[in-house]
Amino acid sequence: MTYLIQGETGDWEVVIGLEVHAQAATAAKLFSGAATEFGSEPNSQVSFVDAAFPGMLPVLNGKCIEQAVRTGLGLNAEINLDSVFERKNYFYPDLPAGYQISQYQQPVVGEGKVTLDLADGRTKEVGIERLHLEQDAGKSLHDQDPRRTFVDLNRSGVPLMEIVSKPDIRGPEEAGAYLRKLRAIMRYLGTCDGNMEQGSLRCDVNVSVRQAGENTLRTRTEIKNVNSVRFVMQAIEQEAERQVGVYESGGEVVQETRLYDAGKGETRSMRAKEYAHDYRYFPDPDLLPLRLTPEYVEQIRATLPELPDQRKQRYMESYGLKPEDASVLVAEKEAAEYFEKVAEGRDGKTACNWVMTNLFSVLNKQGRSVTDSPISADKLGKLLDLMADGTISGRIAKDVFEIMADTGGDPAAIVEEKGLTQITDTSAIEAAVDTVIADNPGQAEEYKAGNQKVIGWFVGQIMKATQGKANPQQVNQMLRAKLSG
Amino acid sequence: MSAPLTELTLAKARDGLASGDFTSVELTQAHVEAIERARDLNAFITETPDLALERAAESDARRAKDATAGPMDGLPIAIKDLFCTEGVLTTAGSHILDGFIPPYESTVTATLRAGGAVMMGKANMDEFAMGSSNITSYYGAVKNPRGPKDGKDLVPGGSSGGSAASVAACLSLAATGTDTGGSIRQPASFSGIVGLKPTYGRCSRWGIVAFASSLDQAGPMTRTVHDAAIMLGVMAGHDPKDSTSVPMPVPDFEAALTGDIGGLRVGVPKEYRLDGMADEIDALWRQGIEWLEAAGAETVEVSLPHTQYALATYYIIAPAEASSNLARYDGVRFGLRVPGDTLDDMYKNTRGEGFGAEVRRRVLIGTYVLSAGYYDAYYLKAQKVRALIARDFTRAFENCDVILTPTAPSDAFAIGEKMDDPITMYLNDVFTVPSSLAGLPGISVPAGLSARGLPLGLQLIGRPFDEETVLRTAGALEAAAGFATKP
Repeated sequence: MTYLIQGETGDWEVVIGLEVHAQAATAAKLFSGAATEFGSEPNSQVSFVDAAFPGMLPVLNGKCIEQAVRTGLGLNAEINLDSVFERKNYFYPDLPAGYQISQYQQPVVGEGKVTLDLADGRTKEVGIERLHLEQDAGKSLHDQDPRRTFVDLNRSGVPLMEIVSKPDIRGPEEAGAYLRKLRAIMRYLGTCDGNMEQGSLRCDVNVSVRQAGENTLRTRTEIKNVNSVRFVMQAIEQEAERQVGVYESGGEVVQETRLYDAGKGETRSMRAKEYAHDYRYFPDPDLLPLRLTPEYVEQIRATLPELPDQRKQRYMESYGLKPEDASVLVAEKEAAEYFEKVAEGRDGKTACNWVMTNLFSVLNKQGRSVTDSPISADKLGKLLDLMADGTISGRIAKDVFEIMADTGGDPAAIVEEKGLTQITDTSAIEAAVDTVIADNPGQAEEYKAGNQKVIGWFVGQIMKATQGKANPQQVNQMLRAKLSG
Repeated sequence: MSAPLTELTLAKARDGLASGDFTSVELTQAHVEAIERARDLNAFITETPDLALERAAESDARRAKDATAGPMDGLPIAIKDLFCTEGVLTTAGSHILDGFIPPYESTVTATLRAGGAVMMGKANMDEFAMGSSNITSYYGAVKNPRGPKDGKDLVPGGSSGGSAASVAACLSLAATGTDTGGSIRQPASFSGIVGLKPTYGRCSRWGIVAFASSLDQAGPMTRTVHDAAIMLGVMAGHDPKDSTSVPMPVPDFEAALTGDIGGLRVGVPKEYRLDGMADEIDALWRQGIEWLEAAGAETVEVSLPHTQYALATYYIIAPAEASSNLARYDGVRFGLRVPGDTLDDMYKNTRGEGFGAEVRRRVLIGTYVLSAGYYDAYYLKAQKVRALIARDFTRAFENCDVILTPTAPSDAFAIGEKMDDPITMYLNDVFTVPSSLAGLPGISVPAGLSARGLPLGLQLIGRPFDEETVLRTAGALEAAAGFATKP
């Protein structure tokens, strides 16, 4: 299952490390009280601190620290009680102060690990190098005017958690699984909404290749600012193949920053090296070193919710689900919560099947998410109850489900209204059985001659005659009795 | 009243207002006229007479209703042009802040304003507070009211040169200053007034144009120690908007002025007796020791062994922070913009024209010492030495309560002197920089005259947040010196 690129000179392995910028879910910015809401009028969420007016000073927003520590704990990471905010200095019009406040030498979160759930049910561990807090920059708008660039500072100072992985990722599939898992963990924690379209999750991808069997790392390139899981996977594929091509044609990969052009499906080099920055990091003298107490960290730890891995384990243990099914269900917090509502007091495997097969396909078809599902978990549960108590058969249940998907209606009401209640009245079933046997003496003889399979054909005929409403078990029993008699 | 209103101390003016001898409008009007007469000194970048008279009238109205806002209600002061003042041009002495009218008021000036103090205008200063002579101001040099001497105009010291000249020439009863490496104390010494740099963290830095964030501190410049105590009481206090301001209660500084220094241990650091120190400075220092002993203090020799590295350390740390703090003056959002064909050209043109030579020099030094490959050798090393300098003081204060030193190595020099080489100018701060690096409170008290008849100050340095002992000792020194504050 290892992802390898077949080159002319042999197999190549891809080595990937991801730097994820996740916007910490907070109402206010990292060092100012301005709001962080997405989609507001340009420059409507800018304080004098965010615009770096003379004499303005940053004041750390405690909520951001809490979110970073919470995320760190969710990544099984070491929390550094002492950390330092530094200034990363460079000039750009959307960086008003001329420096970004970030953590450099002493980040708030140290090493941790994330477990990936791969498609075939396998898992794999990817190391986390660090998580640090930093400010986002503003946005330069180059397309508003033919000659001028406009600057929107709404994002200036928005809190970002930069999560750096170790180079443990070995292919596009793993990279996708890593991003999805990271996003799931943060959504469970409530520390980042994980919305890539709105820029609250962005990714820099470090890629290098090496011949299978090599132990040292070769030169890597960094693909900046990729903003969807799919693009990350595509960019890795393209860049890895490009690098293999470079080596196999006798060249050398140059360490550089590249850009993924999704339209053309290729990566290309960003500006020339003349812009090699010297960021002149130094501790920000406007801020004291950040010192956390062990009690503070423990308080946050005590409020951690159940995380995807724990939930997956629980689903396997208490509902008997297969690991790959459990992984799919827990990947989205809302889907998992939906499933649990359906499964509560019912058979877990049946609930899992209905959610994963029937519900997910309806959602997919209707382009909806589980949070605005046309069928509520409550109603799906009631449908399962109707099957369990024999009111309807599995076949009828599927029909009722389709109606529910269109109308959002209550299953019992639908069954009632359409007259779909299963016939459990013995005499009614008996009449149908008798009629079908009488009409098909040939098949009845076959059964008596020892062809057991024909019983299925009879059941089918009877279900057809009763429009599916007869209880299949009862039909089966009665058929056997009558045919044998 | 026999003496002109402008020659009063803050304390006397406060009493005069309280007893109805004159109104704030009268007091303010007298200063408006004094400022007009003294324009030749160039002490102000912006005069705000209308605003002053308006606020004075408000003060009188409050007083009429027996609802004064605080101990400085109705008292005219000058504000160093480093403090952002709402609706009033704020330049930091620089061309690059052309036309910058802040929509906000710095915490310190807001507190003064809320306490009823009347701002007469924005005092001239060295550009971005970088200088010891006020000659780096884009708005021109300030003349020391004690001059001219031998036919030459003298500097008032710097960077708070306009503030010092304003107080010395009775253009305001007091002024705010800021001190990064000596910018309150050295001009106080040159101008014959009292200048107090509080402990780092005592006054909020919010709304003060930043020079070197880990060193900058606002403080009062006054004609008496008592006035410094009154004004510091209004300026000081914790500000949640400044993470480095310290949440400590503000003591009653006036109450600390008991005049009693019996049994006080005054440290005299041997390392401050520099080779080639002017005899008259040394003599004044000895005189200071005698005065304090005569007042009941005991003097002890203390050692501050890392003193010799202080200036070099300061001239790494301060420019490093400044190079970053001044990056926001880029022509994009406020102040001067000099267009260019490309973004980089616009930056170069704006910053090249907007910053004067001294500011450009320090931005270059600061950028250099933070650069990859040099950071460890300069910035990191300087931080280590800074810690050693602070430890020197901690140890010295195990054996003494307050330290006495000269404020500056010379009296005021002529405008245009000491310009050949920046190091000569930097040496002005040799006695004030170490305590700045340690974040300690320091005061300059006018103590005597040089052979040329120019003021000389003595400096007292205290333990962190022990401005009370500093002020009490300064009061005793002031009483013994009997210095005539008026030129």
